[in-house]
Amino acid sequence: MTIEVKNLVKKFGTFAALDGVDLKVDNGELVALLGPSGSGKTTLLRIIAGLDWPDSGEVSFNGEDALAQGARERNVGFVFQHYALFRHMTVFENVAFGLRVQPRAVRKDESSIRARVKELLDLVQLDWLADRYPSQLSGGQRQRIALARALAIEPRILLLDEPFGALDAKVRKELRKWLRSLHHEINVTSIFVTHDQEEALEVANRVVVMDKGKIEQIGSPNDVYERPATAFVHGFIGESIELPVQVADGVVRLGDRPLRLAAEGVASGASKLFVRRHDMLVGAPGSGAFEGAVRHVRNFGPVQRAEVALFDGETIEIDAPRDKELSVGERVGLDPRRYRIFTA
Amino acid sequence: MGLTLSWLSIIILIPLAGLFLRTLELSPEQFWAILSSRRTLNALRVSFGLAFAAACVNLVMGSIIVWALVRYRFPGRRLFDAIVDVPFALPTAVAGVALTSLFAEKGWLGAPLAALGIKVAFTPLGIFIAMIFIGIPFVVRTVQPVLQDLDPEIEEAAGSLGASRWQTIIRVILPSLGPALLTGLALAFARAVGEYGSVIFIAGNLPNVSEIAPLLIVIRLSEFRYADATAIAVIMLVVSFVIIFAVNRLQRWAQNRIPVH
Amino acid sequence: MTMQIADSVSLSTPDAKARRHAVAAGENLRTEPRAVRIAIISVAVLFLTVFVVLPLVVVFAQAFSRGIMAYVAALSEPEALAAIRLTLLVAAISVGLNLVFGLVAAWAIAKFEFKGKTFLISLIDLPFSVSPVISGLVFVLLFGAQGYFGGWLRDHDIQILFAVPGIALATTFVTFPFVARALIPLMQEQGTQEEEAAISLGASGLQTFFRVTLPNIKWGVLYGVLLCNARAMGEFGAVSVVSGHIRGETNTMPLLVEILYNEYQFVAAFAIASLLAMLALITLIAKTILERHLDEGHDSRDH
Repeated sequence: MTIEVKNLVKKFGTFAALDGVDLKVDNGELVALLGPSGSGKTTLLRIIAGLDWPDSGEVSFNGEDALAQGARERNVGFVFQHYALFRHMTVFENVAFGLRVQPRAVRKDESSIRARVKELLDLVQLDWLADRYPSQLSGGQRQRIALARALAIEPRILLLDEPFGALDAKVRKELRKWLRSLHHEINVTSIFVTHDQEEALEVANRVVVMDKGKIEQIGSPNDVYERPATAFVHGFIGESIELPVQVADGVVRLGDRPLRLAAEGVASGASKLFVRRHDMLVGAPGSGAFEGAVRHVRNFGPVQRAEVALFDGETIEIDAPRDKELSVGERVGLDPRRYRIFTA
Repeated sequence: MGLTLSWLSIIILIPLAGLFLRTLELSPEQFWAILSSRRTLNALRVSFGLAFAAACVNLVMGSIIVWALVRYRFPGRRLFDAIVDVPFALPTAVAGVALTSLFAEKGWLGAPLAALGIKVAFTPLGIFIAMIFIGIPFVVRTVQPVLQDLDPEIEEAAGSLGASRWQTIIRVILPSLGPALLTGLALAFARAVGEYGSVIFIAGNLPNVSEIAPLLIVIRLSEFRYADATAIAVIMLVVSFVIIFAVNRLQRWAQNRIPVH
Repeated sequence: MTMQIADSVSLSTPDAKARRHAVAAGENLRTEPRAVRIAIISVAVLFLTVFVVLPLVVVFAQAFSRGIMAYVAALSEPEALAAIRLTLLVAAISVGLNLVFGLVAAWAIAKFEFKGKTFLISLIDLPFSVSPVISGLVFVLLFGAQGYFGGWLRDHDIQILFAVPGIALATTFVTFPFVARALIPLMQEQGTQEEEAAISLGASGLQTFFRVTLPNIKWGVLYGVLLCNARAMGEFGAVSVVSGHIRGETNTMPLLVEILYNEYQFVAAFAIASLLAMLALITLIAKTILERHLDEGHDSRDH
C-alpha cells in the first residue's frame, strides 16, 4: 500500500498544525515522523488514520482518495500513545475486538477468531497473557498487545503514535529492535511518530523530519544525520555546535574575526555554522579556525567532553578522543573536520 | 486513633447495637410473626419494590442526563448540571409537599394527568414519583466523573478497529461505566428504600397499598409497639448493610481492575 | 466544528466534494448524529424540568399565592419564629460536633494504615444509607421511657427525647458523614509528604496541623460544613421520630411544614418551605463556587 499526502493544511484556531505537507510512502516502508512536540507529526498521523480531518489537501492510499472514507472503512491499524486498551476486556478480547465488530456478513466464526487471536498473540510473544486484564500488564506488554489488536483487522497500513514514549529506557531499546524485526516479518506499510531521534534513526527505513507544521527533510537515517538539509535538522539530529556567523563574499566571520573556513557559494549575510561535536579537531594554539581555553573536562566512555571558551566569548562543547588528555586551563586550537553553514 | 474509634462507636455503634439488642429480646417466633404480618409484608413490598423500580428509572434517565451534560454543549448546560443536586439539597419535607402539590388532582401536572385518567398523588404511583425525584442525583453524580475521565482514545481505537458508533457505545463505553452505573443504582435504591419525608405526603399512606416501611415504623412507635418497629427497622438495616458492603466491594474491584492513573 | 472542517475541504470535483462533506460531517468518532444529540438533550432537560425544576417552582408559587403580605405574616407567627430559632440552634450544635469528628476521622483514615479501615469507612457512610426514621428510632430505643437509659434519665430528671438534646443527637447522627466524606479523598490525595516535611523542619504536631494540614484542606472543610448544615436544617424523618412535635418547643422548620400542611394552612406551610428551599439553593450556589476552588487546588498540584 502506498500512501500519498498532498499539500495538507490543518489549523487549530490560528495555530497551523500542518502547513502544506507533501509526503509519499512506498509499499512496505517503515517511516518515522520525527520532530519536536507541536511540529504537527501526530496531527499528520491522525489525518492519515481518519481520526482528524484536514482543512485542505489530499490523502490517497494506492491512488484512491482516502478522505472519502471514514476511519472505520479505511482499514488502518492505529496504535495509540497510551495504548487505549479496553480495560474491562481481557487481553484476548482486546485483540479479538476488531474481528467481533465486523459486519455479520464478513465476520469470522468463533473458532477462526480464536485461531487468529492466538496467532497474533504468538506473533507478539504474549500468548501466555491471554486471560489477563490490561491493568495487570507491564507497559511493554501493553504496547505489544495494542499492536496485536491493531494488526487483528489485517490493516493495509500500520500507524503508531509515539510507540515507545511511555516506556522506560531499557524496555524502549528492546522494543525498538523487536518492532523492526516484526515489520520485517509482516511487511505492512508503517508510519510511526517519535520525538526521539535515536529511535527514528535506529528503527526506520526513512525519516521525515518535521518542524512547525512543515517537512524539513525526508531521507534515509544516514542522510538526515550526515547531510542535514536545513539548520533545524542539523540542530535537532545529533549533537551539534551552533555558532552565529556572518558571511560576506565567501569569508566567514565570528564576531569581528575572519575564520579560516571555506564558504564558497554561501549567500552573504547572517548565518549559522554547524559542527558535530566529534568533528571539532583539537590541535595546538594557532593551528585551527578557532582559539580557546578549556574550562571543564569530563570523560564519557571513549571520548572526553570538553567545555571550551572561545576568545570571542562563545562557549562550546566538543567531544575529543581520549588519546591526548585535555586539562583545565589549557589553550587549544580547534579546527572543524566537517561543517555546514546555513543562512539564518 | 483510639479516640477515633471510641467516638465512632459512641455515635454510630451504640445506637445500632441498641437496635439489635432490642431485636434479640424477641423470640424468633415473635420476630417472624411481626415480619410475616400482612401489613408489614405489604409495607416492605411497597418500599423495596417501588424503590427498585425507581432506581431502574433513575439508572436509565441518569445515564441520559450524564451523557447530555458531559458530551454535549447546549444552552443552560451548567444550570442543569447544578440543578441535578436539588433533590440532594432540598429538605425532604419540602420536596414532599411540593411534589404533592404538583401532582395533586388540581396541581400543575396532576390536572392534565387526571384528565388522562392517571391519578398520581395518594397512590403508589406517587411514591414511585417521589422516589425517582430523590434518587436522580445518586446515579448522575456517580457516573458523571467516570464518563468525564474516560480516555477519548478508547473510542477512537474502537472506531479505527471498525466498530460502529453503536458498537462502541455498547461494547466499550457502557462496560467501562458498568461499576459506576451499578454503584449509582445501588445508592439510589438504598436511599429510596429508606426515604420518608418526600414520600409520606404524596403516598396516601393507605395500609397494605401505599404505606411505606419507614412510615409503618413511625406508626408502630406512636402506638408504643416498639418490638414491631424494631423488627422492621432491623430488616431494613440489614438490607442497607448488604447494599453498602456490595457497593464498597464493587468499587474496590473496579479500582483493582482499572488502575487510577 | 465538524461542519466547518468539512466546508473548507478543497476538492477537485463537485461530486467528490459532496461525498467528502458527508463523510467528514458524520465522521467524528466520538459523537452521535445531530438528531440523536438533540433527542438526548431534550429528554435530559425535560426530565430535569419536570422532576426537579417544577417542584422547586411550586414551592415559591404556593408560598406567594396569597400575596407577599400573607407570606410575611406567615413567617412572623411566633410558632414559625420558634421553629426557625430551634432549627438554627440544632444545626449549630450538630455542625460543630461533626466538624470536630469529621476532621479527626478523615485524618485517621487518610494518613494512617490500620486494620479494619474499610470497615471504618463503611461505618462512616452508614447514616447515609440508613433510613432517617431508623436513625430516629435508635435514639427512642436508647433514651425513651422504655429505653435502655430511659429509667436512669427519668431518675435524674434529664430530658433527652422530645427535647432539644434528642433532636440535636439525631441530627448529628444523620449528618455525620458529610465532613469526613468531603475530607477523606482530599487528605488521601495530599498524602503525608508535606506533614513529614514540616515535622522534619521542627514543627510540633499541632503546629503541623494548623499551619500545613488545615490550610491545605480549608475548602474541603467548608464544603463539608456547607452540606452538613444544609442537611441538618432540613432533616425531617429522624427529627420527626424524636421530637414529640411539641408546638413552639420541639418543632423544627421541616416539622412545622408538615403540621401546617396537614392543617391545610398551605400558604404558611409553603412559606416555611420556601425558606428551606432558599437555603437549599444558596447551598447549591456556594457548593458550585467551592467546587471550583477545590478543582483549582487540584490543578495546581497536578502541574
